[in-house]
Amino acid sequence: MINTSPESPDVAAIEARRNLRYYLDQLFYFLTMAFAIAIALVLVWIVVQIGLTALPAITRFGFSFLTTTTWDPVQNIYGVLPQIYGTIVTAIIALVVAVPLGLGIAIFLSEDFLPPYITTPIAFAIELLAAIPSVVIGLWGIFVLIPFLRPFYAFLYEYLGWIPLFGTSPRGNSILTLGLVLAFMILPLITSISRGTLISLPPHLRQGAMALGATRWETILRVLMPAGFSGIVGSIMLALGRAMGETMAAAMLVGNSNRISISLLDPGSTIASLIAAQFGEAGRDQVAALLYAGLVLMILTLIVNILAEMIIQKFQNVER
Amino acid sequence: MTDISQPHTPAPTNVQLSKVWTSPRNLFGLFMTGLTALFAAIAIIPLAAIVINVASQGLPLINLDLFTKLPPPPGLSGGGLGNAIVGTLIVLAVAVVISVPIGVLGAIWLSEFGRGSKIAYWVRFSANVLSGVPAIIAGLFSYTIVVMTMGTFSAFAGGVALAVVMLPIVMRTTEEGLVLVPEEVRLAAFGLGATRFETVSRVVLPAALPSIATAVTLAVARAGGEAAPLLFTALNNNFWSTHLFKPISTLSVQIYFFAIIPFRPQQELAWAGALVLLSIILIVSISSRLLTRKKRY
Repeated sequence: MINTSPESPDVAAIEARRNLRYYLDQLFYFLTMAFAIAIALVLVWIVVQIGLTALPAITRFGFSFLTTTTWDPVQNIYGVLPQIYGTIVTAIIALVVAVPLGLGIAIFLSEDFLPPYITTPIAFAIELLAAIPSVVIGLWGIFVLIPFLRPFYAFLYEYLGWIPLFGTSPRGNSILTLGLVLAFMILPLITSISRGTLISLPPHLRQGAMALGATRWETILRVLMPAGFSGIVGSIMLALGRAMGETMAAAMLVGNSNRISISLLDPGSTIASLIAAQFGEAGRDQVAALLYAGLVLMILTLIVNILAEMIIQKFQNVER
Repeated sequence: MTDISQPHTPAPTNVQLSKVWTSPRNLFGLFMTGLTALFAAIAIIPLAAIVINVASQGLPLINLDLFTKLPPPPGLSGGGLGNAIVGTLIVLAVAVVISVPIGVLGAIWLSEFGRGSKIAYWVRFSANVLSGVPAIIAGLFSYTIVVMTMGTFSAFAGGVALAVVMLPIVMRTTEEGLVLVPEEVRLAAFGLGATRFETVSRVVLPAALPSIATAVTLAVARAGGEAAPLLFTALNNNFWSTHLFKPISTLSVQIYFFAIIPFRPQQELAWAGALVLLSIILIVSISSRLLTRKKRY
């Protein structure tokens, strides 16, 4: 016989259990929300934390840090213009090589030129390229790629040396070597995002163009590319951010030379390679300067990545 | 109005209606098709070259010593990368312990409670941006919050740096897996009177367990190859160390240091280390991708 009076221990126990379940549920909800928000805040935290630690260097050098070329730990004078130059130039070389390649492959893999049992493994293999650790790519670059490229560099210097871009006697480690390696490192990113964009375009675009008598390539170049433009631009921006931040391959292949040279065959330096090469044995002031350099890199890549995200999300909203 | 009863005007005889193979439009199409096929071939070359080179250079050095011995002093041969392999596992374990709970819980909120909300939009947005942040920045971040606070380079600092790298991957991949769990399953649980916590912990999470495992392995594969964030967090150590708050050796950092010093035996060890690292990472990423491919609810 169940006692139904409100003071009954049974009802109290049930209520207690219900309350427990309720509070547990609330706790769970807010716990997960807190973690989700924490992830968003990590980004802000990183910028603030690096900025605060770099503060001594920021107040001391201000903007001249970005426009001077001295890097002298003995006298404590620092400027990262050669590194900013190297970061941007290598990223541009990488894009110039990787964008046509990546886009071409994306089109080739998405437009039914070949049956899926051939295109799927190719797409998979290209994605695997992204999984190779950059330190392994750097090792390969030092011992295999550079000896392989040397004759080509000698050829460039000999016959095209009158162009300032190839105007110095080639060394293996150079801006151009890093640019080419970066191109292959960002290729999978451009290919997979552009391919995703092209595949997700509505089929009636294709059908309409075909019905008007366009050939397959006219459809691709005049209809599909403009329609998928924002997704493609987004993928290129993401790739640019990746190329600017790549560290290990840069530290191993760019030559770490602290000067600006117009010749692509000369060694150079990037912000990331500077940090990687010098942080280990840096004194206190130098650490602050390196963190300042890191902050510059962080802001550069943040701008590029945020733009890329906005472009891609805008595109997705239009499509759905 | 046209009179349809009128006979058709005869078709002009000199117009060729059949497809001309050599028309400029067709030739252009053929050229572009060939060009893009060539591009695809070019892109496969570096992958094949790297895998073949690493295998041929590294294979001769694969023996028991490689996994059990310490690296030799500069210039001397013999020895192995035992401490670096153990160190990599320790640093990765720290990173998993930090990033997986945060990432999975964050993903649960995004997929179960926050769908379509403004907060969820911004969380997703910043996680995507975070995954584009250079890994070396994660190292600097860990340096400022862990190394400077504790006053020493440590395995823990390396783990924190890798956790920052892994976090967005874990969260976004887990969320994708959770979203795939059909809505009916949740409604059934609610219908039986389960709370949100009970629904998620006893129904949704078990159903999504394979995708969570995929998320974790993908993130580990990515973080395991990173050297940049470890250079000034875990630093390096030429001796055996399993201490969480001391500098520790890792495979990727060891490969970097051995690649840039001018001693042949060390360079050979770097190739052997690269083979170990590359095989682990390729096996993990291939298997996790094959697993996700099969996942259809």
